[in-house]
Amino acid sequence: MDIARVDQIIDKYEAEPSSLIQVLLEIQAENNWLPAEALERISEKLQVPLARIQHIATFYKAFSLVPKGRHRIHICMGTACHVRGATRILDTVQELTGIQPGETDLELKFSLETVNCLGCCALGPVMEIDGETHGKMTTAGIEDVLKSYE
Amino acid sequence: MSDIRLQIDGQEVAAQQGMTVLEAARGAGIEIPTLCHHEKLEPYGGCRLCIVEIEDRGRTKLVVSCVYLAADGLVVRTRSEKIDRIRRTILELLMAHAPDAFELQKLAEEYGAQRDRFEKEPMFCIHCGLCVRYCAEVKQKSAVGFIDRGIRKEISFIPEIAARECEPCKECFPLCPTSYLQAAYVLTRSLASSADKVG
Repeated sequence: MDIARVDQIIDKYEAEPSSLIQVLLEIQAENNWLPAEALERISEKLQVPLARIQHIATFYKAFSLVPKGRHRIHICMGTACHVRGATRILDTVQELTGIQPGETDLELKFSLETVNCLGCCALGPVMEIDGETHGKMTTAGIEDVLKSYE
Repeated sequence: MSDIRLQIDGQEVAAQQGMTVLEAARGAGIEIPTLCHHEKLEPYGGCRLCIVEIEDRGRTKLVVSCVYLAADGLVVRTRSEKIDRIRRTILELLMAHAPDAFELQKLAEEYGAQRDRFEKEPMFCIHCGLCVRYCAEVKQKSAVGFIDRGIRKEISFIPEIAARECEPCKECFPLCPTSYLQAAYVLTRSLASSADKVG
């Protein structure tokens, strides 16, 4: 993400210190993570100390200070999904993508995360990619689902 | 600035509008223990050790004196069985993090807190925020800040700023009740210098 685009987002919010979270969210949405240079720029322009930005960026789970993939995989580990074999789904996804929960692959394609309930237990085991729900997953069906993401 | 009168531990105390109960008490020479309070800094209400019992219009409640504003006719008790019990538990919980901190040990002795009541989880920081707030409010450098939240919350120096500002200052060092801050600083410095060597 180039600094010019960061500046554009900051200008949109008129460099208002109280818009810090909005600015961070927008950069996070476009870039999937918050690079150090962007944070330094925000600190400079919004006149918010870097330590404060760092506190906020590490406080909320919506922000990431490390690169994230283009697609975010969330695998539900809730009770209903668990008894319907979520662990096996997770194992298969790990095997196919080569990453553990919390990690991102080298091509920045996928980031893997486990969650505790996605709220649609009847569809268990559930896997969610970029907000799209894939219910009643089977270990055999995962490969096809992952292939449909570029 | 109108004067108000309140009663602390049976003693009539005069205070000014806008003063906290803690300030009023200290002004009258009544000691209330604190860990996160510093007169140069904004009230924080982090450690909860300065908890007192107040009686206002016939009702008693527990408040944290460093952020509770003194009011006319307020009746304050700074020591009671209940307050001592609460302070004891706070100290015992903090000692699970920093069992050998001198300030905590001193208070623990006074309130009869057991050092080993809770399972130890030494992280040595008790999140009083003195260093973070001093750096931000007094020095306006913000070289040190909090990161993360809940049980993973910790202090963290920003190496780029710390490298520039900290060496001649170090004014936050004596503020730290557990000395963890110094350790965090030395760690940051050694990490930064080893990164220099690699780079």
